[in-house]
Amino acid sequence: MTAAATATAPAAKAGSGRPSPLKLFLRNQLAAFGAGLLLVIILLVILTPFLPLQDPAATDPANRLLRPLAEGHLLGSDHLGRDILSRLLWGTGVSLLVGLSATSVAALFGSSIGILAGYFGGRADTLLMRGIDMLMAFPYILLALAIVAALGPGLLNALFAIAIVNIPFFARNIRGVTLGLAKREFIDAARLSGKSDLSILLTEVLPNVLPVIVITVSTTVGWMILETAGLSFLGLGAQPPDADLGSMLGEGRKLLITAPHVSVIPGVMIFLVVMSINLLGDGIRDLLDPRLKSGALARPAPMTEVDRPSAQTAPSAQAVAAMSAKQGSVLAVHDLETQFRIGSDVYKAVNRVSFDIRPNECLGLVGESGSGKSVTALSLLGLVATPPGRIVGGQVLLQGRDLLGLDAAGLRAVRGDGVAYIFQDPLTTLHPLFTIGDQIAEAIRSHKPVSYREAWASAVKLLDAVRIPNAAGRASAYPHELSGGMRQRVSIAMSLANDPELLIADEPTTALDVTVQAQVLKLLDQLRDDTDASLLFITHDFGVVSEVCHRVAVMYAGRIVEIGPTEEVLSAPAHPYTERLIACVPRLGEPGRRLEAIPGLPPAVNKLPPGCAFAERCPHAEDACRQGEIDLDAVNDAHQVRCIKPRNGQGGGAA
Amino acid sequence: MLAYTVKRLVLAVPVLLGLTVIVFLIMAMIPGDPATAILGSYATPENVERLNRQLGLDRSLVEQYFVWLGNLLQGDFGRSYNLNRPVIDEVLERFSATLILAGASLLLCSIFGLIAGVVSAVRQYGWTDKIVTFFVLVGISVPSFWLGLLLVLAFAVTWRLFPASGMFAIYGGGDLPDLLHHLVLPAITLAVVATGVIARLTRAAMLEVLRQDYIRTARAKGVSERRVIYRHAFKAALVNVIPVIGVQAGFVLGGAVYIETVFQWPGIGRMLVTAISTRDLLLVQGGVLVVAASYVLFNLLTDLLQHLVDPRLRS
Repeated sequence: MTAAATATAPAAKAGSGRPSPLKLFLRNQLAAFGAGLLLVIILLVILTPFLPLQDPAATDPANRLLRPLAEGHLLGSDHLGRDILSRLLWGTGVSLLVGLSATSVAALFGSSIGILAGYFGGRADTLLMRGIDMLMAFPYILLALAIVAALGPGLLNALFAIAIVNIPFFARNIRGVTLGLAKREFIDAARLSGKSDLSILLTEVLPNVLPVIVITVSTTVGWMILETAGLSFLGLGAQPPDADLGSMLGEGRKLLITAPHVSVIPGVMIFLVVMSINLLGDGIRDLLDPRLKSGALARPAPMTEVDRPSAQTAPSAQAVAAMSAKQGSVLAVHDLETQFRIGSDVYKAVNRVSFDIRPNECLGLVGESGSGKSVTALSLLGLVATPPGRIVGGQVLLQGRDLLGLDAAGLRAVRGDGVAYIFQDPLTTLHPLFTIGDQIAEAIRSHKPVSYREAWASAVKLLDAVRIPNAAGRASAYPHELSGGMRQRVSIAMSLANDPELLIADEPTTALDVTVQAQVLKLLDQLRDDTDASLLFITHDFGVVSEVCHRVAVMYAGRIVEIGPTEEVLSAPAHPYTERLIACVPRLGEPGRRLEAIPGLPPAVNKLPPGCAFAERCPHAEDACRQGEIDLDAVNDAHQVRCIKPRNGQGGGAA
Repeated sequence: MLAYTVKRLVLAVPVLLGLTVIVFLIMAMIPGDPATAILGSYATPENVERLNRQLGLDRSLVEQYFVWLGNLLQGDFGRSYNLNRPVIDEVLERFSATLILAGASLLLCSIFGLIAGVVSAVRQYGWTDKIVTFFVLVGISVPSFWLGLLLVLAFAVTWRLFPASGMFAIYGGGDLPDLLHHLVLPAITLAVVATGVIARLTRAAMLEVLRQDYIRTARAKGVSERRVIYRHAFKAALVNVIPVIGVQAGFVLGGAVYIETVFQWPGIGRMLVTAISTRDLLLVQGGVLVVAASYVLFNLLTDLLQHLVDPRLRS
């Protein structure tokens, strides 16, 4: 589980209170501006016949090439003395009509081809799509020129040419969606119920592909208006006396130097029309398909934003924290708080978490998905994505130094050097485009002033140390060329590159086969022994904990609920949650034992109940559990629990 | 890599054949009877029939296609009636001028599109990002032929910095500096739209890549932010942007038609427009075929480039 996963899951839930589509659309100011501008233009076009304008074709040679604002000609006149304003409005109407007609034709034929190819598949699909591919093999406008060449110049022919050229965009997009739909159950159900293909296409498929058609229309209509205007500009579209914006521009071009306004004005209008349509199209696309929304993805900052109360950042507070850190611990975490802010919701992913790790010790951090264990690990070196993550309190002391107080450069120096990570899925966490040797060498060179050649040699040694056969040869391999287990060995080799004091392994075996899991665990345990490094081991699996961890901390809903020596916690869990969690693990030699799932779900960390977060799922809960803060109390010197009714009757004072 | 290159070249053959089929069919759509057109409407039916036989028009469409294709393969694209020279000679001469213009534009839009996209993603929501986003919007909405006219008005007519038209100066020109001087305005005009598209997609690709787990790994290793962005993220984004550049090459080649008309560039686009107006159809056919075939080959090149960048495609 990654920080991103924790952040997106609640975001989806938060979406239930979404405002209406219209409101969302208007909130997108650019799209609203585009819609407004387009509306004004369309209104003007509709009203053109009723406005007191001169006849757009009426020539008046005596008043030719008048400048804009001339009397009787607001935008001046052209080389035949025709009123440019009147011609502009009539021409805009023609351009819009032609562009929209071309779009309709392309949408109709393109979507039909796409739906048929996607629905029937097989030979029909191959045949239709090969033809479409052929059309796409032409440079866009060139094909239109060839068609106009064959049909002869003219507005209608230009319209058809542009429509044909755009058919492939529709066919390809709609085929893709239909292909996905055709495999779905409801289509099968409709088929079995005896519906004809035609009626399935019209009643089941079409409504589902409609949004894609709308998106494709909104992204191509601007182009089609531009390109039909272009053909007219070249003299291949509208023929005199008909005029659209493109042909006005084309005629005016010859007078560019003597009367620039004749060609500049229609160009402005084309620009405004196309821009308003593009803005509107972007808005529609964002609305119908939020995944495509350009720039909706916020770029994660290089380090997590830290915004702690000033009391915690003061030198005195640091000193106290450093003092109180257990003598000789490598890492001491105090009251760490990390939150995700999504909209007005605050998700307390890590809620005042404290623990420490001694030299060469392995501490297990255990919990279900979403318990905050990964976010805790990522917070230590500021690797939680901001936005939406923020560290709002606590201290992380690496050998007495507060890491949360470091700037980007200071933090970078610690990352991979003093503390190194091993992530869960090495297929996504290793860069796919660099060789593994290169990636390890880079880790070394980020902290040591050695040559690339030396770093490469060290990388090979590290690969050898994690028992990768033929390390010298494998160093030149890319991640995708290795098996899952080998890739995880590479991640481990990379984490060891700079002899870190602390290794953080975030579910390093979860993505692996069971047999490989055991090997990787053994390797990690051995390396920890050999290198004197400490290990923070994050997992959801108590079975794994029992094999490698000296101590274990159990997390629930962002808090540590129990922490103690592994054997003691396993044999005599004090917290009911720990007890249930251990009961979930199958044991060898006890085939008859019932594996009990924990009823219910963990609470959402943006709406934590008062008192114990586990109370709702706890069979032993009573009223006192649901009131007030419950402290982490000592069971014995090494073992603490956050429960007012600890199990097994052992110690732990009631709060 | 060599094996892949050969494979892609072999796969390009059916595409090229497909192109000839489409061009042939488009030309067969032309309304009217060519023999009547040549002989005039007073020709006797016997004469029309004889000419049809001479031209091979009495045979089936399929037979006609293969005869035509055979001629093409021997480099015989027919003769231009208006220019009175072999189509292939005229087309290749004009095409070299178009290649210079389109090549320069493609270089410009790739460089500036990538830079703008990366900077925009890195400074997301900052001023640089807003300015780039604004220019992208203008770039993809502006009619290139109109933009060309504005640039001529500003830089050629008003400030006299660059020539307004042609490829070389009429007197004393002809060397490389002269060519570059003439190239500036048309190349920039032609590059504007593609720059906008490439910048937009580069920005989106960078933002997508920067969220990937391997970027977090790079940061966890202690790699500097600069290196994270320009090495780790950029290379991964490039894999997604290269095909876009391939598609843009098609728009640039096509868009050259407008720009060559505006700037009187002696390229194949202007030749086509003239040929369409004068109904010199063999010239149109030859020009379209050559440009389309070169586009297919260019797409093949971008494919190979992508293979070079992305090792996952190689195995």
